[in-house]
Amino acid sequence: MNSLPILSIVTWLPTLGALIILVLFKQGQSDQIKKFATAWFGVAFVASLALLKYDRALGGMQFLEDHQWIPVIGARYQMGADGVAVLLIVLTTLLGVIAALSSWNYIQKREKEYYVLLLLLQTAVVGVFTSMDLFLFYLFFEVSLVPMYFLIGIWGGENRLYAAIKFFLYTLVGSVVMLLGVLKIYFLTQDTALTGRITQGTIDLLAGNQQAAALVSSTLQAAAQNGTGTFNILYLQSLGSVMPMGAMQVLLFFAFALGFAIKVPMFPFHTWLPDAHVEAPTAGSVILAGVLLKLGTYGFYRFNIPMFPAASADESYFFAGTNHQFGVRSIMIFLAIVGIIYGALAAMYFVVKKDGDVKKLVAYSSVSSMGIVMLGLFALNPNGLNGAVLHMINHGIYSAALFLLVGIIYERRHTRNVAEFGGLSHVMPGYAAVFLSMVMTAIGLPLLCVFISEFLSLRGAFEANPMWAAWGALGIILNAGYMLWLYQRMFFGTIDNPKNEKLIDLSAREWIYMTPLIIMALWIGIYPKPFLSYIERPVNAVVRQVRPTYPIPGMPPGVDVQQRAAAK
Amino acid sequence: MYRYIWLVPLLPLAGAAINGLLGRKLRFSEKLIGGIAVGSIALAFLITVAAVYSYAFSRNAMWPQTYVTSQDGAFKFTWIPGGAVRLTQGSPELQALNLRSEAAMKRAAELQAQQNQPVIGGNEQTGEETRGSVLDVEWSYQLDALSSIFMLIVTGVGLCIFVFATGYMHGDTGFYRFFAYMGLFMFSMLVLVMGSNFLMMFVGWEGVGLCSYLLIGYYFDRQEAANASRKAFITNRVGDFGFALAIFGVIATFGTTQYTDVFGQAATFPLEPLGHWGLLSWIALGLFIGACGKSAQLPLHVWLPDAMAGPTPVSALIHAATMVTAGLYMVTRTNVIFQHSQTMMMVVALVGAATALFAATIGITQNDIKKVLAYSTVSQLGFMFMACGVGAFAIGIFHVMTHAFFKALMFLGAGSVIHGMHHEQDMRRMGNLRKYMPYTYLTFLAGWLAICGIIPFSGFWSKDEILWNAASTRYIPVGWIVWIVGTIAATCTAFYMTRLMAMTFWGKEKFLGKQAGGEADEAHASAYDKGLTQHDAKFTSAGDRPRHEPGEHVGPTGSSAHAHDDHGHAVHIPHESPASMWVPLAVLAVLATIGGFVGISTAFTGGKHIGGRMNIVNFLDPIIWNPATHHFGKEEMLDSAGRPLDGELRARAEVLPAGIEAKEASSPYGPQGFNLAEIADSKLHNETATEWLFIVISLLVAGIGIGLGYLFYVKDTRLPDIWAARLKPLYQASYNKYWVDEFFGWAVTRRVMDAARGVFAFDSKVVDGGVNGSAWLTRLSSRIIGGTDQYFVDGIVNAIAAFVARLMSPLFRAAQTGFAQNYALVMVLGLVVAVALFFGSDIARAVKSVFAIIL
Repeated sequence: MNSLPILSIVTWLPTLGALIILVLFKQGQSDQIKKFATAWFGVAFVASLALLKYDRALGGMQFLEDHQWIPVIGARYQMGADGVAVLLIVLTTLLGVIAALSSWNYIQKREKEYYVLLLLLQTAVVGVFTSMDLFLFYLFFEVSLVPMYFLIGIWGGENRLYAAIKFFLYTLVGSVVMLLGVLKIYFLTQDTALTGRITQGTIDLLAGNQQAAALVSSTLQAAAQNGTGTFNILYLQSLGSVMPMGAMQVLLFFAFALGFAIKVPMFPFHTWLPDAHVEAPTAGSVILAGVLLKLGTYGFYRFNIPMFPAASADESYFFAGTNHQFGVRSIMIFLAIVGIIYGALAAMYFVVKKDGDVKKLVAYSSVSSMGIVMLGLFALNPNGLNGAVLHMINHGIYSAALFLLVGIIYERRHTRNVAEFGGLSHVMPGYAAVFLSMVMTAIGLPLLCVFISEFLSLRGAFEANPMWAAWGALGIILNAGYMLWLYQRMFFGTIDNPKNEKLIDLSAREWIYMTPLIIMALWIGIYPKPFLSYIERPVNAVVRQVRPTYPIPGMPPGVDVQQRAAAK
Repeated sequence: MYRYIWLVPLLPLAGAAINGLLGRKLRFSEKLIGGIAVGSIALAFLITVAAVYSYAFSRNAMWPQTYVTSQDGAFKFTWIPGGAVRLTQGSPELQALNLRSEAAMKRAAELQAQQNQPVIGGNEQTGEETRGSVLDVEWSYQLDALSSIFMLIVTGVGLCIFVFATGYMHGDTGFYRFFAYMGLFMFSMLVLVMGSNFLMMFVGWEGVGLCSYLLIGYYFDRQEAANASRKAFITNRVGDFGFALAIFGVIATFGTTQYTDVFGQAATFPLEPLGHWGLLSWIALGLFIGACGKSAQLPLHVWLPDAMAGPTPVSALIHAATMVTAGLYMVTRTNVIFQHSQTMMMVVALVGAATALFAATIGITQNDIKKVLAYSTVSQLGFMFMACGVGAFAIGIFHVMTHAFFKALMFLGAGSVIHGMHHEQDMRRMGNLRKYMPYTYLTFLAGWLAICGIIPFSGFWSKDEILWNAASTRYIPVGWIVWIVGTIAATCTAFYMTRLMAMTFWGKEKFLGKQAGGEADEAHASAYDKGLTQHDAKFTSAGDRPRHEPGEHVGPTGSSAHAHDDHGHAVHIPHESPASMWVPLAVLAVLATIGGFVGISTAFTGGKHIGGRMNIVNFLDPIIWNPATHHFGKEEMLDSAGRPLDGELRARAEVLPAGIEAKEASSPYGPQGFNLAEIADSKLHNETATEWLFIVISLLVAGIGIGLGYLFYVKDTRLPDIWAARLKPLYQASYNKYWVDEFFGWAVTRRVMDAARGVFAFDSKVVDGGVNGSAWLTRLSSRIIGGTDQYFVDGIVNAIAAFVARLMSPLFRAAQTGFAQNYALVMVLGLVVAVALFFGSDIARAVKSVFAIIL
């Protein structure tokens, strides 16, 4: 705890960069600004690589920081990251560099503000992943809306205001409801009848290591001194395990779930996404799809599932007949599966349609893809969660790449209409090859990253219920359908449109930012072990939290299994 | 030597990578590209031969044991460490199964006790989650009898086709691209057949699918090629759906994907005879759906004929010799699972038989030489599945091998013909080519005799054995139906292949002075020659092929320059192909002629499979599970010195489960009713004579097919038209491929597209409509409230929503003024109300405590 506050550095470094740009650069120096900003993103990325020394054998929350912040309400500046957060942070910083690099030509007005906002956005997003205090988390979670709102609203397409406001307000509605849940669970930490039942075993399980557990107890002491509750996430998770299943748990679950579900976005809360993507500049889409959507799924992973384990695993709360049951988990699974199929079919519309918008297609495919993540998460077993977490990373890679590719052709042709293209392989072979590799990644071809995560997610779903996996797999067939059709319409055939005859292939700068994504897609596909080893222990802890008796080798069931089983 | 098998898939991959990544940049010459490609395959083939020799035939051979590269550390890494799994499938099925005898019941109980994995974690009180395992998918290669044969076929036949392709693709500007894809294909195919677990098979499975996609769509500027490639990929995806679910089922049952572990456990499961649809039947069903996709069985066969849009070497390698037999590999590899389920055995046999006949009848009426061969491939694959379904897995693989020889030969021969005919594929415009292309003709002759099943050509041995096994099977009760259908299909095969020979190589020259038609859609860049304009290319593009337009003249062009002018003939007549093309043909022709002797029928050798492990049936025996003994292999297994294996293996084979009668032992699922061979046997009282009877029948029907073909297409060429008119509905159905494509187009493709339209309409009207509607409602209500409460409203807005307002004000001036503020207002008000309602007591306490701290 006394070593370098690496998480704070990674979080606030972009803000420092933004301040430097604000102070040292003038509006006209766009060339220097974009170079400086990109370099700064590079520095932030390199700094974040320090997180990779996360001790995978130890697991749990690491890189801990703890400072007094708002003693009146017991909110502290607490930071910590587990393996899942580490991977997402590194993904964020990597996409930051790529987003900056991809904006050099695309952004032609108000560059100074643009790069400042991009840097601020990174701080907000990384902050979400590093917070170990719910209040701090909520702050970052909310603040992340603002830069994105401006990125869409100022540098977006024709209908940008509608999209920006819709994006902002829609997600705000969700987080406001979530705020209710945050407040309620905060007050619950002062409910001694409840907190008295929390065992040290549960805290140890969730903390994952002794240091983190010690942090929880020191936080509790401080809170007790001040007579306040606490926002410490680990403690709140432990609280969830003793909270009886009932209206309160279900209500809290949905209060959090709504906030995250809109962010994910889950069907039927997804309609802001296509609009936001279509209007956002390329870099905005990259960050939006690559990182912002993960705030939602990460929220489910970090809060909903471990904090409300009984509700997460519940299948009979609303209806418990002899043959049919229906509960909280059933709703989540239902929405996830509908999202998978629905998103895929909606995406397909844009190739069925004569003049579909390529970007909308990719946006809807994200809805489908995030459905897979949700399905894997609520499979509530190690395979499913491993797959879901890895799919967050993988989706960040391939959807970011697809948005970049769409941006590249948009920069050249100023249209994204499928009907305008055709036969592009003839003039842009390099572009066609990269596009093909990403299409193949997206449809889950083995030895590319998405295969691993889809396989694990659906495998986990199969364990929970074979029908879920069957539905999910159906969605994957549809994915292949529209992706290949899109590719055919854009790249095969002859060049019919004279405007496409003189298109130039990828430039060096474009190769530079596409290559890392291709390498990552291959690396995770061929050798996912390093990535899975980061998330193995945290994921197992979450599974154990929800299902105390799940057989996990090398992880004996917690001492309080019986008590928790009784509480359920 | 077999320790180095990991090099085998790696070499083609390396070749593909060099060609694909550098070929274009560094402008490799054709010689270099071809050299890299052919060299890598040749090296892989040599290593394969050495590895198989040292594995199976050398002094200290490992056969019949299985070699996995991870067992001695030769090659292994953990590919997917997936984490803990709970075994959710398995045990209940074991108990629920209604077994036939008491002893079997006892055995099942015993097995179940063995199967239960050591308890990891788990809680007795809650009674859940007691069986667990860890999913660690490893990357390692397996060498056993089955993978040996497939490796030899893939690298050996592949080598011939690669050499052929260097000649055939000569002049194509995408030369490097072609060989990069082909090398990638070889890698995937080798991973498919060499992988040591289901996931690796799936990797290869999808990989070959990708390469097939890329190679069918090789001439990507042509709409039909692009459509065909997409169709192939997506149809295969439908099959993969079943395959993937089967893999999930395997993991949920056995906790691993490693073949050796899965099959070892599966072998101990009780059988699921007809009427008992258990867990292994489900898994087998999933696997078979996958096999149907890849191996083009009904109803997923639709993609294969279309796949002929690819270059002809691709058709030979991927769509005849190797990739399409992956389904056979899978079914044979998992034969222990299939044999557990008698229902699925029957399904396999019947689907195979139906496909064999169905495709053969279509083959009769097609005019495109490659389409005939494509339907012939579908039909022959049906024969192979027939063999598996009646329990003769080794024979199925035997037919895979002979088919790889003669069908690759015929496809390459067809390629040679198309090459020689300057991209003409329509057989109605060929004829008497034996005069112009003697080598091609002679080699094709061997293929023709082999596929018709004429003794002693290779196809005879395998096809005859399939029909004999169908007639004599004790695995399923409907063997006689399979035999009848198969025999009719064999007749059709002989007929349409004779038709193909007659229209192409015999009879009169029909290409002189004829016009090219729209159907001539196979063409390739070898029509180019440097500096010369093509004789028949309308224009060129990156797809790089000359193309015929309907009505365009492709006949003799007199003095005009043409592509293959190295012959120097004045009029444009067909010509023999270069040595790089006919030498592979000759090699394959030899194999197609004598290749069948490795599986010589027992009727010829006194009731025994002679030749020890040189006989393919004996060689494959160790991987074939025996449902009677619940062990792998039959008793006649031999050790490395060729002596019968005694000791443990033999002892295991002899211990039959008590209570199963001796007679039943050969029919593990119980009495199977009507059996053709038994009936013949009861009349003839001589097993060998019975087998000979069926051999004579199969030779007879081949003769009838050939005779009819000769009558129709050589003797009296008016007959086809007369009979086509007489049997018009049948002819139309066959000519239009029974309208299966149209049906799928209508029933599936159109419906999915409708669904896409419907979903989007729903999304924009209902879901998004709801969102926008609520925005409108909010605006409306706020306007009403705002009208009356303007001052009050402003006060609160400025106080509570100040930060929102300030952040947004520059934008909102451009937008509708007040729009979002009203939104925010309503939200904040709602929040206040909700907080008051839900948290009243909490807040009171919080406020109290806050005051307590502050004051």
